[in-house]
Amino acid sequence: MTQATKPLAIRLRNCAKTFADGTRALQPLDLDIGAGETVVFLGPSGCGKTTTLRIIAGLERPDAGGSVLFDGEDVTALPIEARHVGMVFQSYALFPNMSVAENIGYGLRIRRLTRSEIAARVGEMLAMMRIEALADRRVDQLSGGQRQRVALARALAVRPRALLLDEPLTALDAKLRDSLRLEIDGLLRRLGITAVYVTHDQAEAMALGDRIVVMDHGRVAQVGRPREIYQRPATRFVADFIGTMNRLSGRIEQGRFVTAAGALAWPEAPADAREALFRPEDVAIDDGANPPLRGTVAAAFFLGDRTRLFVDVGGERPLVIETEARRDFARGQAIGLRVDSRGLMAL
Amino acid sequence: MAERRLLFSLQLGFTLVVCAFLIVPVILSMLAGLTANYLSGVQSGLTLRWVGEVWSGYRETIFLSIGISLCCLAGTLVLGVPAAYVLAKRQSALSRAIEELLVMPVAVPGLATALALIVTYGAAGAFRTSWSFILVGHVLFTLPFMVRSVLAVLSAIDLKTLEEGAASLGAGFAQRFFHIVLPNCRSGILAGSLMVVTLSMGEFNMTWLLHTPLTKTLPVGLADAYASLRLEIGSAYTLVFFLMIVPLLLALQALTRPRPVKFVAEEEQP
Ligand SMILES: Nc1ncnc2c1ncn2[C@@H]1O[C@H](COP(=O)(O)OP(=O)(O)OP(=O)(O)O)[C@@H](O)[C@H]1O
Ligand SMILES: [Mg+2]
Repeated sequence: MTQATKPLAIRLRNCAKTFADGTRALQPLDLDIGAGETVVFLGPSGCGKTTTLRIIAGLERPDAGGSVLFDGEDVTALPIEARHVGMVFQSYALFPNMSVAENIGYGLRIRRLTRSEIAARVGEMLAMMRIEALADRRVDQLSGGQRQRVALARALAVRPRALLLDEPLTALDAKLRDSLRLEIDGLLRRLGITAVYVTHDQAEAMALGDRIVVMDHGRVAQVGRPREIYQRPATRFVADFIGTMNRLSGRIEQGRFVTAAGALAWPEAPADAREALFRPEDVAIDDGANPPLRGTVAAAFFLGDRTRLFVDVGGERPLVIETEARRDFARGQAIGLRVDSRGLMAL
Repeated sequence: MAERRLLFSLQLGFTLVVCAFLIVPVILSMLAGLTANYLSGVQSGLTLRWVGEVWSGYRETIFLSIGISLCCLAGTLVLGVPAAYVLAKRQSALSRAIEELLVMPVAVPGLATALALIVTYGAAGAFRTSWSFILVGHVLFTLPFMVRSVLAVLSAIDLKTLEEGAASLGAGFAQRFFHIVLPNCRSGILAGSLMVVTLSMGEFNMTWLLHTPLTKTLPVGLADAYASLRLEIGSAYTLVFFLMIVPLLLALQALTRPRPVKFVAEEEQP
């Protein structure tokens, strides 16, 4: 299926949200979402992801002064039914009084398509989501994954200008989540539709997003491509929220970062660096006579394809490192480490 | 084993006794309506004479009762369903208070409500003497049952998200209300309707004060018959009452029965 409507560029200007009870869910926010782009809102619970999505959808009005632009046109005052966006809810929101096919065709019925047009489009959607066999089922006779497919088919059937998804996979078990994530990813790429996807699962965000908007307490902490967010987090919050981050405190002396456990070469270090941050995969075990860092193994977890080590280097928290699976480590064993200087960050 | 069988027999026996306690008087009463002479018992022979007399004398009350209860149903549907919808949507202290206030006509004795109506509208001659006066009383009395029964269903479904889902597909307010809200509170509406029709049909307290000689309902007529005529006529009246109301209730009940849900195992596409 091809998307008949041209993908939409969405622009949020100065959108803040204060609820009636005084809760400030969103600080003034500016965001540009390009046509055909998949943007993922990522952040801990209560950070304002759903609120932002609902403002885009038209289910929530931004506070005075904020505006929502679709392809440059101000739609702030338009209710959701006039915005022509598709929405997938965490709870699916399928209509219990309708069959699967009726659910999928509902938007078309509202648009007064003829019976045969509706049947054709519904058939197309059923085939696309591979749920042809379920057409006449009632929605309470479906499994969670099937419901999610119906919800997606229903939202896409009307060929919306953009697709908005609020934690669509959260209610599913891990394995199903992975397979549906792949499917959604393929679908979004194929349709080329503008999509806004809310999740608190970073793996999902990394896999799906062209760009990720990391949110914290109603503010945007960082916007960037998944790689940027992971490798160059803009704030300590982002660094800690995405993936695992090691911290070592120390100070710069003669171009090297000196810590209690040893000194690291760090050519690009800022002169006032008090802390070095780096990812587990940038640490390697150094069995040489003079390793840059020395520590003792606090714990070792065999993960099958690799081993995760917690190494005590005299800091507050042990370092987390990942190493090949074949080697055995004993608790208390002394080991030497080196850190790839390209992976070092100061925040 | 023997012990359990004994226990079961005792339970069965007890249930049967309770049922008999409830049903026997009804059967006896209906039988009395078919007996030629109640004092000399069934031996005096069975007859349809009393039923015939009831039919010729009280036919009007039966039709009036059916008419009033159906109008009452229409009234409570038109007023009660939207009211329940609004109460379900607005979760405020005010809506909670209104919900509580709604039980007032049930808690206050029917006679008091009837008196209040008479005090207020007694002077409005044509209205006072018409059957719509009784209808107003019945609507007042039965409305809470409709509202509560619909509200219970609406509170159990995630109405807000369902409506948002429909709105995201382009449905405006009226479309959402008729396509989504109404069908999904169908069971509440039907249960409420059953309640309203039954209550309106059988309502006596209030109706007795509100009625005029020309606007007698079935229960009022029944009281008349018991008070002033032969016991056989009263009993025949009960029989007619049953014949009217039981099929109606059965029909409503059949409508209310939820559609069976087939169990379907979780299955995933490859
Ligand atoms: N209708 C409302 N009235 C008052 N406060 C609200 C309302 N909706 C959300 N909030 C508050 O606004 C803040 C942001 O909520 P939001 O639903 O956007 O979070 P979220 O990032 O989607 O979280 P989650 O991951 O848990 O879904 C929260 O503190 C929440 O309690
Ligand atoms: Mg949310």
